[in-house]
Amino acid sequence: MPDTLKTLIAAVDAADSSARLLEAVQDLANAADVGAVPTLIAALSYNNPGAAVAAVDGLIKIGEPAVPALLDQLDRHNYTARAWAIRALAGIGDPRGLTTLLGAATADFAMSVRRAAARGLGTLKWPQFPADELEMAQAEALDALLFVCDDEEWVVRYAAVTGLQALAAAIWHRQPDWRTPILAKLDQLGTQDPIWAVRARVWWAQQQLQQLPEPPTSVGAEPIHEVIANWRSTLENLYRRKSQERPLPEGDPRRFRDLAASMTVPLPEA
Amino acid sequence: MPEQLFDHDNNDSMTSDSLTVEQAIANLQGEDLGLRVYAAWWLGRFRVDEPLAIDILIQALDDEADRTEAGGYPLRRNAARALGKLGDRRAVPALIQALSCSDFYVREAAAQSLERLGDPSGIPALLALLQDQIPGTLPAPEPPYLVQPYDAILEALGTLQAGAAVPLIVPFLQHEIPRIQYAAARALYQLTPDPLEASQYGDRLVAALAGDELQLRRAALADLGAIGYLAAAEPIAQTLAENSLKLIALKGLLETQIQQRQSPGLNEGAIRVMALMDELL
Repeated sequence: MPDTLKTLIAAVDAADSSARLLEAVQDLANAADVGAVPTLIAALSYNNPGAAVAAVDGLIKIGEPAVPALLDQLDRHNYTARAWAIRALAGIGDPRGLTTLLGAATADFAMSVRRAAARGLGTLKWPQFPADELEMAQAEALDALLFVCDDEEWVVRYAAVTGLQALAAAIWHRQPDWRTPILAKLDQLGTQDPIWAVRARVWWAQQQLQQLPEPPTSVGAEPIHEVIANWRSTLENLYRRKSQERPLPEGDPRRFRDLAASMTVPLPEA
Repeated sequence: MPEQLFDHDNNDSMTSDSLTVEQAIANLQGEDLGLRVYAAWWLGRFRVDEPLAIDILIQALDDEADRTEAGGYPLRRNAARALGKLGDRRAVPALIQALSCSDFYVREAAAQSLERLGDPSGIPALLALLQDQIPGTLPAPEPPYLVQPYDAILEALGTLQAGAAVPLIVPFLQHEIPRIQYAAARALYQLTPDPLEASQYGDRLVAALAGDELQLRRAALADLGAIGYLAAAEPIAQTLAENSLKLIALKGLLETQIQQRQSPGLNEGAIRVMALMDELL
């Protein structure tokens, strides 16, 4: 490990204030060195939003070499850190992140995780998928995004609309049959969503899809071939669990049925 | 932990099943003080706006049975909060009355609920409270022992378009507590018709986004979202705070842009805000 990287990592470890931590993480992120990945991932769980933003930027800059560690260390106990890690995966757009993003968008209990994953499902780097897997991958992403468009949280629906728009742009000419379900879902949200911000985002997506140029220009990067050996089976498992997996949300009245009958202590309003 | 709060306590669209609604209404009329105060919260939380629920909650604003050691009225507090969420203006006279309660937190909840109900008939009582002219109102029981819930009162006066309140609000821009300064700026922004003149108040809140304390930056985000100040869009996106809170603030800006148009459609400001929101998802 070069000395400069050691120094940068030591500065993160030594930071004793929120401002110093932010500065040290920014410096480390700017180095964009793969040796910084473990420290940057650790910075996602320091409960310091500024440092987390800088760490995500750094991980995205490092790109594909950061993906295995991100997937491996997705912190299942701290959903704030998980949301940041999903943001990094979404920003990198590496095909190996697909199954994680599908699971997170459709089934994670934390809305900040679903939100980041829904956005990421639209912005995966499709040209990097192996040619024989691309259609299936995009079909899965589409299926998941249409599902997430009905999330109970406005911000997740908003994110799903951005993902759907990006995916639609990617498949517009290759999969003209898919336009119908996409446009139908956008039409439904754009006229019926109870949250005006979601409708507005739909209108903007509709505008941009109408302006898509013809014909398609797809300049592909090199596909990554080791991508997803066990990908199909992962997907099958994921979708089998998908509908049962998400627990009752906090505050769901079904959770309160027993509680309400038995409570003797007042519950303060959060 | 605001992330947690917004993750779990924002399911406003959720409905409750009838068995539990009946149970809550029954509990609110029962003997058990714990079940009563919980039922009052629950009815607001799940937006149970049945006339019977409203009636019982209004009655609960006069409750004398449920008292804390310090003399507070827990049931009244929860009932006042719930009535704001249920959107029935029949509650307005009782909430105005509750502004005279000795319990600081009942007055705070009543001011917030009068704001939510959007009924200007509460303005004279809010002005009297702002000037500490209502006898028998005790200060907050903990530091800094505020005399009145000034931030809630100021925010209500702004939302209710109490134009005559402006001279009384201006001094609060210098209040020692930043949160109250922000509430004054927010209200003055809403009460100043000339956009150029109003922008000085919006800019005060924008300046607060760069403050040292995360709690205060979060408060300024919420205030800017509430007033929908478009010039704050980029500073909001760059604030050192949780993306969830920045997105909620930008949603306020976006919806203000949409409402300013008479027909459905997007203006330049709306698109500018959405471009920023996309980057925060």
